Amino acid sequence: MNNILVELKHINFDYDGDVILDGLNLFVNKNEFLTLLGPSGCGKTTTLRLIGGFIFPKSGVIYFEGNNITKLPPHKRNLNTVFQRYALFPHLNLFDNVAFGLKLKKFSKDEIKKKVDKMLKIVNLTGYENRKTEELSGGQQQRVAIARALVNNPKILLLDEPLGALDLKLRKEMQIELKNIQKEAGVTFIYVTHDQEEALTMSDRIIIMKDGEIQQIGTPEDVYNEPKNAFVADFIGESNIMDGIMLLDRLVEIKGKKFKCVDIGFNKHLPVDVVVRPEDINLVFSPTFDDIDNEYIIFGKVINIIFKGVHYEITVSCDGIEWIVHTTINYKLNDSVYIEISPENIHIMEKMFKGESNIIDCFIEDIDTISFMGKTFKKPNHNFSSDDKLEVSILPNNIYIVSEDHSDIVGFLESLIYKGSYNELIFYTDKGKIMVHSQQEEQLGTYIGLKFDLDNIIVSKKGVK
Amino acid sequence: MKSKLLSLPYIFWLIIFILIPTFLVVIFAFIDENYNFTTKWIIESGNYIGILFKSIYFAIISTLICFIIAFPIAFILSRSKKYIQKTLLMLIILPMWMNLLLRTYAWMTLLENNGIINQFLNFIGLGKINIINTPYAIILGMVYNYLPFMILPLYSVMTKIEKSIIEAAQDLGANYFVILCKILLPLSLSGIVAGITMVFVPSVSTFIISRMLGGGGNLLFGDIIEQQFIGSTYNPYMGSAMSLFLMIIILIIMWITNMIDKNKEDRQGMLL
Repeated sequence: MNNILVELKHINFDYDGDVILDGLNLFVNKNEFLTLLGPSGCGKTTTLRLIGGFIFPKSGVIYFEGNNITKLPPHKRNLNTVFQRYALFPHLNLFDNVAFGLKLKKFSKDEIKKKVDKMLKIVNLTGYENRKTEELSGGQQQRVAIARALVNNPKILLLDEPLGALDLKLRKEMQIELKNIQKEAGVTFIYVTHDQEEALTMSDRIIIMKDGEIQQIGTPEDVYNEPKNAFVADFIGESNIMDGIMLLDRLVEIKGKKFKCVDIGFNKHLPVDVVVRPEDINLVFSPTFDDIDNEYIIFGKVINIIFKGVHYEITVSCDGIEWIVHTTINYKLNDSVYIEISPENIHIMEKMFKGESNIIDCFIEDIDTISFMGKTFKKPNHNFSSDDKLEVSILPNNIYIVSEDHSDIVGFLESLIYKGSYNELIFYTDKGKIMVHSQQEEQLGTYIGLKFDLDNIIVSKKGVK
Repeated sequence: MKSKLLSLPYIFWLIIFILIPTFLVVIFAFIDENYNFTTKWIIESGNYIGILFKSIYFAIISTLICFIIAFPIAFILSRSKKYIQKTLLMLIILPMWMNLLLRTYAWMTLLENNGIINQFLNFIGLGKINIINTPYAIILGMVYNYLPFMILPLYSVMTKIEKSIIEAAQDLGANYFVILCKILLPLSLSGIVAGITMVFVPSVSTFIISRMLGGGGNLLFGDIIEQQFIGSTYNPYMGSAMSLFLMIIILIIMWITNMIDKNKEDRQGMLL
C-alpha cells in the first residue's frame, strides 16, 4: 500500500460554472508510467494542472506521499512539468533554460554544470548549450523541456501532450525515448494525451476519462481487451459495437443471431453492448463451426475494401448490420462470406445508457396538454387526472435531429457510437440524458436540436408497465 | 520597381516635412542675423544648462513613475479576459481623445488652492495642500498625460508572454519575485525601452504642462525654446541652437537606453 505516491480524493473542479471534474478519485504509484487518456474536454489536462498546482480544486484533497498538498503553490511541490508547447524561456539559451531550476535551488556553479551536462547527454543534446531556443527544431525543443524538468530530480514528471506538435515519425521515436528516459531516471510519469496508440505504447497504466469522469483504469492490455463500456471500446482501437441481449450465461443475441461468449453473471434478457475487435473476426467461405443450427450462422457480403498497408479493412454486411473486419487475405467485392468469432473474442459490456427507451417524468398541464423536459405538448384525451404521477417513454428512433430553431429541446452530444447499422447518440440536457438512434452523424461536444415524434410516445403512470 | 513607385509619396513627405526642417534647424543654429557662420548661439545655449538638467531630471522622474504605475497595470491587463482587456484599454486611451491643452487646464482647475481636490481634502478634515505651481504639479501633469504611452507598449509586449512560460518558471521553483526579475522584466525589455522613449522624449521637451501647472517659477527647457520663437525675446537662431542641443541630448539618452536592450534585431525600426 505504501507504493502510492499521489492520491486525488473526491476532486471537484468548476470553470466559469461548468463542471470539469466531478468527484474524481485516482492514485499514482511510484515509478509508474501513468497515462490520462481521453478526448478533448474530458478533464485530463485539468487533472494534470491540479497535480502541478497551477489550479486548485473547488473541493477534494490531493495527497503527495501522504501529505496534503491541495493548497500548495507549484514552486513548493516536488514535481516538474513538461508543457504542451514546451514553454521554453525565449530569452535564455539552452544551458540556462535547463539550469533555471538548479540556479534557484542555489546549487554551486560546478554542480549545476555537472548536472546539466549529464542531463543533456541523456536527452542527446550535448554541444547545443549555447543555442537559442528559437534555433532548435521541434524535437530538440521538446527534449530541452524534458531536460529542464528532469534535471531537478523531481519525484514526478507531469507531461501535457508533449508530442502533440511533432510529426508522426519523430513522435514514434520520442515515444520510445521517453519510455527509456522514464525507466532510466526511475521517475514517475503522469502523461496526458488524446492519442490512444501513444497511451497503449508507453503506459504501465491508463486512465480513460470522459466528461470529467473516469471510465476505466487498467493496463494497456486490460483496456484494449476488456473495455468496460462502449465509450472505452470505441476510443481505444477500432471496434464493432453492437446492441445485444444476454440470453443466458455465455450466450448473447445480436439481431436475432446467437453468439457464444465467455461472460457470465448478467441478468437474463439484459440489453448489453457487444464489442468485437475487427482483427478478431474470421471470414470463411464455408462455415467451420460444429453448430449447424441456423441461428449461429452469420452470412454476409463484402461491400467495401480498403487497403491499409499491413491489412485490409473489409466491411461485411449481414442482414443490414455492418461488420468491420481486419484481415490480410485479399477478398473481393461482393464475395459471399461467413463471419466467425470465437467466444473469447466477444466482450459483453453494460450499456452506458440504461434501458432501451427514454423514460422521462411527465406532468399534466391541462385536459389536452402535457409537459415533459420543460416543454408543453398537445395530447388530447389523455384520460389522466392531475394527481397522477406520470412518465413518458420515447424510443430512441422516435427522436429526430433537427436544426435548433425547429427543435423541442437542445442537447449536448456526449457520445456517438456506430452500432453496425445506425448511430447511437447520447445527449446531455439539463433535464437528464437522452438517447437517440439516427443515421445522422454529428460533431461530438456540440449542441444539437432534437424533436420528439409525438405520435409515437407512450404516456403511462409511473411504475406501471 | 513598383514598390519603389509606391514609396515615392512617403519619400517626398520625409524630405519636405522632416529632412528639410531638421536641416534648417541645424543651419539656423550656426548662422547669425547676417547669415554668417557663428557658434555663439550654441555657446549661449550653455547658459541654460541648469534648466536643461532640471528638464531631464523632471523627465526621468516622470518616466520612472509612469513605469512603476504602468508595469503592473500592463501585466494585469495582459492576463485579463479579452473583453476586460478591451474595455480597460479603451478607458486608458479615452483621455487621449481630448486635447492635451484641455486636459492640462482641467488639472489646473482641480489642483487650484480652492479647487475641487483641496475643497474635498478640507471637507474630510485633512487641510489644504499647496501643489499647483510646484514641480510636483508638473510631474503629475506629465505622468497623467504620458502614462498611456508607457502602458501600451508594455501591454503589447506582455500579451506575447505565454501563460505557460510563467507557469514553467513557477514549476521550476520560482516565486513571484523571481518570476518578475528573471522572466517578466527580461521578456518585456523591448516594451520597456519603447515606453521609456515614448514618455521621456515628450516629457523632456514639454512646455505647456510646465507653464500651466508649474506657474512662472518652474520653466523648463521647452519653455525657454518656445520663448525664442513667440516671446518678446524673438530669436529663432537661439531657439534653433537650443533645439539642436536638446535633440543631441535626447539622441544620446536614447542610444544608451537602446544599449540596454541588446537583443534588438527584431525591433530596430521601432527607435532610431
